[in-house]
Amino acid sequence: MGLVLPLLVFLGVTFLAPLATMLLRSVHDPVVADALPATLAALREWEGEGLPPEAVYEAAARELGSAREARTLGQVAGRVNRLQSGLRSVLTRTARDLDDVAGGPWREAMAGMDSAWVDPGTWHAIRAAGERFTARHYLNAVDMRRLPDGSVAPQPEERRIYLPLLWRTLLVSLAITVFCLILGYPIAHLIAHAPPRRGNLLLALVLVPFWTSLLVRTTSWIVLLQTQGVINDILVAIGLVGDDGRLSMVYNMTGTLVAMTHVLLPFMVLPLYSVMRSIPPLHMRAAASMGATPAQAFRRVYWPQTLPGVGAGSLLVFILAIGYYITPALVGGSSGQLISNMVAYHMQTSLNWGLAAALGALLLVGVLVLYLLYDRLVGVERMSLG
Amino acid sequence: MRTDRAAAAAARASTCTALLAACFATQAAAQSITAVSYGGSYQKASTEAWFEPFAAATGIRVDVEDFTGGLAQIRAQVEVGNVYWDVVDLNVSDVTLACDEGLLEYIDAEMLPPGPDGTPAAEDFAPGTLSDCGAGVVVWSTIYAFDASRFQGAGPETIADFFDLEKFPGRRGMRRVPMFNLEFALMADNVPAEEVYGLLDTPEGLDRAFRKLDTIKDHVVWWEAGAQPPQMLADGEVVMSTAYNGRIFNAQVLEDQPFAIVWDGQLLDINQLAIVAGTPRVEEAMRLVSFASTAEALAALGRRISYGPARASAAPLITTHLETGVEMGPHLPTHPSNMTGALWRDWAWWVDNQDVLNERFSAWLAR
Repeated sequence: MGLVLPLLVFLGVTFLAPLATMLLRSVHDPVVADALPATLAALREWEGEGLPPEAVYEAAARELGSAREARTLGQVAGRVNRLQSGLRSVLTRTARDLDDVAGGPWREAMAGMDSAWVDPGTWHAIRAAGERFTARHYLNAVDMRRLPDGSVAPQPEERRIYLPLLWRTLLVSLAITVFCLILGYPIAHLIAHAPPRRGNLLLALVLVPFWTSLLVRTTSWIVLLQTQGVINDILVAIGLVGDDGRLSMVYNMTGTLVAMTHVLLPFMVLPLYSVMRSIPPLHMRAAASMGATPAQAFRRVYWPQTLPGVGAGSLLVFILAIGYYITPALVGGSSGQLISNMVAYHMQTSLNWGLAAALGALLLVGVLVLYLLYDRLVGVERMSLG
Repeated sequence: MRTDRAAAAAARASTCTALLAACFATQAAAQSITAVSYGGSYQKASTEAWFEPFAAATGIRVDVEDFTGGLAQIRAQVEVGNVYWDVVDLNVSDVTLACDEGLLEYIDAEMLPPGPDGTPAAEDFAPGTLSDCGAGVVVWSTIYAFDASRFQGAGPETIADFFDLEKFPGRRGMRRVPMFNLEFALMADNVPAEEVYGLLDTPEGLDRAFRKLDTIKDHVVWWEAGAQPPQMLADGEVVMSTAYNGRIFNAQVLEDQPFAIVWDGQLLDINQLAIVAGTPRVEEAMRLVSFASTAEALAALGRRISYGPARASAAPLITTHLETGVEMGPHLPTHPSNMTGALWRDWAWWVDNQDVLNERFSAWLAR
């Protein structure tokens, strides 16, 4: 027990704690609640019809000013802006203008600064952004939104993006798994049953790309596949396609499928290889001696014994593919992007970490469900990584 | 033989002492700061024009790192309280956002150096190039460029030509963001530059911009890094592409590429130097910002890459390109001959609307 303690601590610090933080961040957002407590308390009295009472305006005027001084206003305004575009500048501008206002009535003063302050929608947005614990990132992640009256409705059509992307990610990962299986199975079989010298050479051919940098492999595919690239040049040279009819094989879904299948292929070949190597050749000979055709022998004797490898390889490839980020970002163009590229976008560019966390959590749930499904159907204890 | 060896040993010893002395010297000044820029030719120019002369003048070493823009890393450093970037080159909308969030130190115009003739900084800098947390350095532009060798006869001349597939068939490069493209679309749809943002602020205007983009969508190759457009043009992957003007200039004068820039409908932008909030080296960082925003330093940059200076007094100092002797004036976005039909990007409008528009743009791309 004492010997595994360092490992447990390491796992806790580098894996479990970040995971928990991520899950928490997807539902917990205290920024607005901490910055505007009195405003939100006063808003609770408001029915939601017409304009809120003067007390709300007074509290908002005071707290916007102090948020500006504490320099948290930018984060507050950013969160409100996500619920209604345009409010970011309304909040920051109003906070600045309020410096010159000595006293109330605050509603008139703020209405004079921007007409948004006499629009009930503004207050609905502030109230919604003020929820300390919120489901809105998850709603957003499945293309839904909360209406001012509290009901849940789908996003307007031109903004529905995450559900189609999630579907696409699942389908692409599935397709890549199938491609890897189709390509990897014969290779693994060849390596496992070749004489040792040739087998080792073939294995090295699988492993060398596996050890090569991911970026190098991905950019090599760009060199090969682009319109002025090697493959197109060859096709044009032998006259298969005209110079103006060059194929678009990269910066689209084709690029993503080809490059990711290649990158993930070793994860399929290696488990298959180790399982196949443990199958004695005698089994097939015995099947043949009892009158089975090669096809029958394969289907009834060989294939069932490789299933643990098929399961392990497929699960490995699928789970890696579903979270893949760098390859689709480089070769995917606009149609070959996956959900993880959206997570990266919200982490790095829009800084909407709550939404990024919610999307990540959905992926995590997806993978866990698949794992459980696999356990039910095949049994995890039958999975073999060799 | 013996004396040789003795001499070598002595030489070694003195090198060691020299190194040690250098070590202690830098230790005493405790000085090195980190400046962050965008890599490529712009970073090379900033290093030669600002960072190296600054180090020579003050003894403060400048470590240059590169990033791809955006605020994620700055925010992470400030939130965790471990700030290792000091001076960052940011565009003006990121400076505004970061300043509101408290991620940057305030920079007062009075702290910036006056012009060579003593004009106070506040008057010398062009309107809009100073903000609460940023000192303007360059005015750059998003334009579109084409490979002149690919067009027999007249090449494209207006922003409308970029969207004209009949007159100029072939694939186009565009940056994979809604910013720039929506403005270009409306200007190509005969909207005068000064009305673009008023129209984009209405749902009809947005629909109109997306409809215009629809007309060329199938012929667009999307790019993300500034280095891509010149590459795609040179490879023949596209016949024309939106690009940052400095990158195209470099390809023109340093690599002799037959590229031409269409200035009609250019989108002007401002970049500023800013200081990350909470850096322990704030004093040195401020010295670097002051140094880099003098008229001389801005001119030194303008003679290396074709981005316009943020202050008026630097403009006459930008004469010829240092490496090739090319006259810089006509290559600067702010040159009068390039300013017809030009539009200043409304960063305040984008700060308000980018969240929704990025989602809408992604959804549009995926359709």
